[in-house]
Amino acid sequence: MSILINKDTKVICQGITGKSGGFHTLGCREYGTQMVGGVTPGKGGESFEGLPVFDTVEEAVDATGANATMIFVPAAFTADAILEAVDCGFDVIEAITEGVPVLDMVRVYETVRASGATLIGPNCPGLITPGECKIGIMPGYIHNPGKVGIMSRSGTLTYEAVWQTSNRGFGQSTCVGLGGDPIVGTSFIDLLKLYEADEQTEAIMMIGEIGGTAEEEAAEFVKEHISKPVAAFIAGKTAPPGKRMGHAGAIISGGKGTASEKVKALEAAGIEVAQSPADMGEAVERAIANKG
Amino acid sequence: MKIHEFQAKKLFADAGIAVLENVVATSADEASTAYDQLGGELAVVKAQVHAGGRGKGTIIECPEQHGVQIVRSADEARVAAANMLGNRLQTIQTGAEGSVVNQVLVEAGCDIARELYLGIVLDRGNKMPVLMCSTEGGVEIEKVAEETPELIHKEHFDPHFGLQAYQVRQLCKKLGIEGSTVRSAVKFMTSLCALYVKLDCSLMEINPLVITGDGDLVALDAKVNFDSNAIYRHPAIAELRDISEEEPTEVRAGEAGLSFIKLDGNIACLVNGAGLAMSTMDIIKLHGGEPANFLDVGGGANTQQVTEAFRIILSDPNVKAVLVNIFGGIARCTTIANAVVEASKEVGFSVPLVVRLEGTEVEEGRKILEESDVELITATDLTDAAEKVVAAVG
Repeated sequence: MSILINKDTKVICQGITGKSGGFHTLGCREYGTQMVGGVTPGKGGESFEGLPVFDTVEEAVDATGANATMIFVPAAFTADAILEAVDCGFDVIEAITEGVPVLDMVRVYETVRASGATLIGPNCPGLITPGECKIGIMPGYIHNPGKVGIMSRSGTLTYEAVWQTSNRGFGQSTCVGLGGDPIVGTSFIDLLKLYEADEQTEAIMMIGEIGGTAEEEAAEFVKEHISKPVAAFIAGKTAPPGKRMGHAGAIISGGKGTASEKVKALEAAGIEVAQSPADMGEAVERAIANKG
Repeated sequence: MKIHEFQAKKLFADAGIAVLENVVATSADEASTAYDQLGGELAVVKAQVHAGGRGKGTIIECPEQHGVQIVRSADEARVAAANMLGNRLQTIQTGAEGSVVNQVLVEAGCDIARELYLGIVLDRGNKMPVLMCSTEGGVEIEKVAEETPELIHKEHFDPHFGLQAYQVRQLCKKLGIEGSTVRSAVKFMTSLCALYVKLDCSLMEINPLVITGDGDLVALDAKVNFDSNAIYRHPAIAELRDISEEEPTEVRAGEAGLSFIKLDGNIACLVNGAGLAMSTMDIIKLHGGEPANFLDVGGGANTQQVTEAFRIILSDPNVKAVLVNIFGGIARCTTIANAVVEASKEVGFSVPLVVRLEGTEVEEGRKILEESDVELITATDLTDAAEKVVAAVG
């Protein structure tokens, strides 16, 4: 098994005729994902590289039976696209789009949660169950089917962790990029619950960064509820306070959200913390050995 | 995005949120005239820079002059303005170089009965904006939050409904606000929260928020930041940006679609992805070096953008070595390799260059570098890269 997506997941792309939406739809299909169609308002009836294009998500779902969607629409229309997806009953909604106004996410967050759908992102690289299904922009070839569940607030840093765990022969169960914004649809805790229940996942790697308190909350949860080995890394030890480090959510404000506070909370919960970004694969190995 | 106090107060006044009568002056003469125009027994001259801590800050060219000055005549207003304008104000938030004062705000005095603190921010945990109030106005609120967090009272509000009147009444109980002042507080706070939502703010801070002798709430200070991602729907707010307050290299990087932050070290880095860029800084530090910048070239960067990125980092005279760390995903190693060659031709690398490439099109990228005549040190992984670049600085 894996979490959230697998070889049976049927995926559409909202914004399929855009440059990025089209490019990554093809990338996912090439990887083996069941891409079944796409949506671009006003282009219904056309086709994109053999895939049907619809005006509305509702039509796309009726015609294709899709149960996951990948959103590539511009930031100004992302809230609308998320709500449209919620309205159509998807299990997994993934918003890749960067630059969504934060109050838009405040407005849609409760609606998404109440619907029971899993929203990944926005401002994220997506998710992948190696060998089965890739919904996102990550380079597929670095992944191998295996036992480590990787969840992260950062894109390229996730690739680094994937690379290091692949090189150690662990492979990955499902990798999830949560997104770099202050408000994202899915938290570390949501995924910890799924990884804990997933048979394929034998160890968990959590990649956090400065800003907010998501890592501290996850640490508390791990202490109480997770039996599997957990390793973690926090980016931004050297980040100056008050500056946004690329991601809208990566900011130390009012003295809160520092890397050292997060590392302290993680270590207190018995989580194996990687001391440098080069140490992530080894940290997973140590976490497994500790539990062994 | 940040704006000046005088701009924030204009937004407040337009939304019916009480501020004191004020006039913006760009010369000493204007400040003097403004004092007479206000016609009170005293006025306050306030330097307009984005940084906080102005009252305790000093003018570098005129050390006895602080950034906020009470004046009791048109002449005093003129002198204070003359000391401030065109000079640099150094505060705890500006760094040693200070910020140039281009305008001063001349504001009427008022009868202060009490001072409070008010702030509105996004509570990431609750996924909602939160209004925070404290009786400990006028002082450093970070200290209050640290030492006596129970003195900061909070009310969350849903942007669909806005802050409700009952929430303000609850706050008033805790703040010891009574009688007709409660009505003033309801109007003031609900209007402020509505403005926060309407303008897509990321921060509002009024410190101090004053209760006058007549029992009315008035914003004595005003700090407003906006969500940069939402500026596109507020063109009038975009006009308020003051680029002179920003680091020139950061502005230049922004125009090229790069995410760049200048730091004080001597090892420049060029990375794709924010998390990896932060981690690259961290690993440089871990191996005893000091990063000169944060730079995320992003996934979709083309050769021109990456070349511009090299121009920007090499323009810093402190830089003694450059570390390029790329894990190609959407960004291709070939794009970066071509940019290295391009930048080398155009600007030349006078300092050692360490390159670590991995991911999409890595073999082709390495080949481009090998076949060029660019002098560089190749690294096989992150640790190797950090060690080599720190060694190169010496």
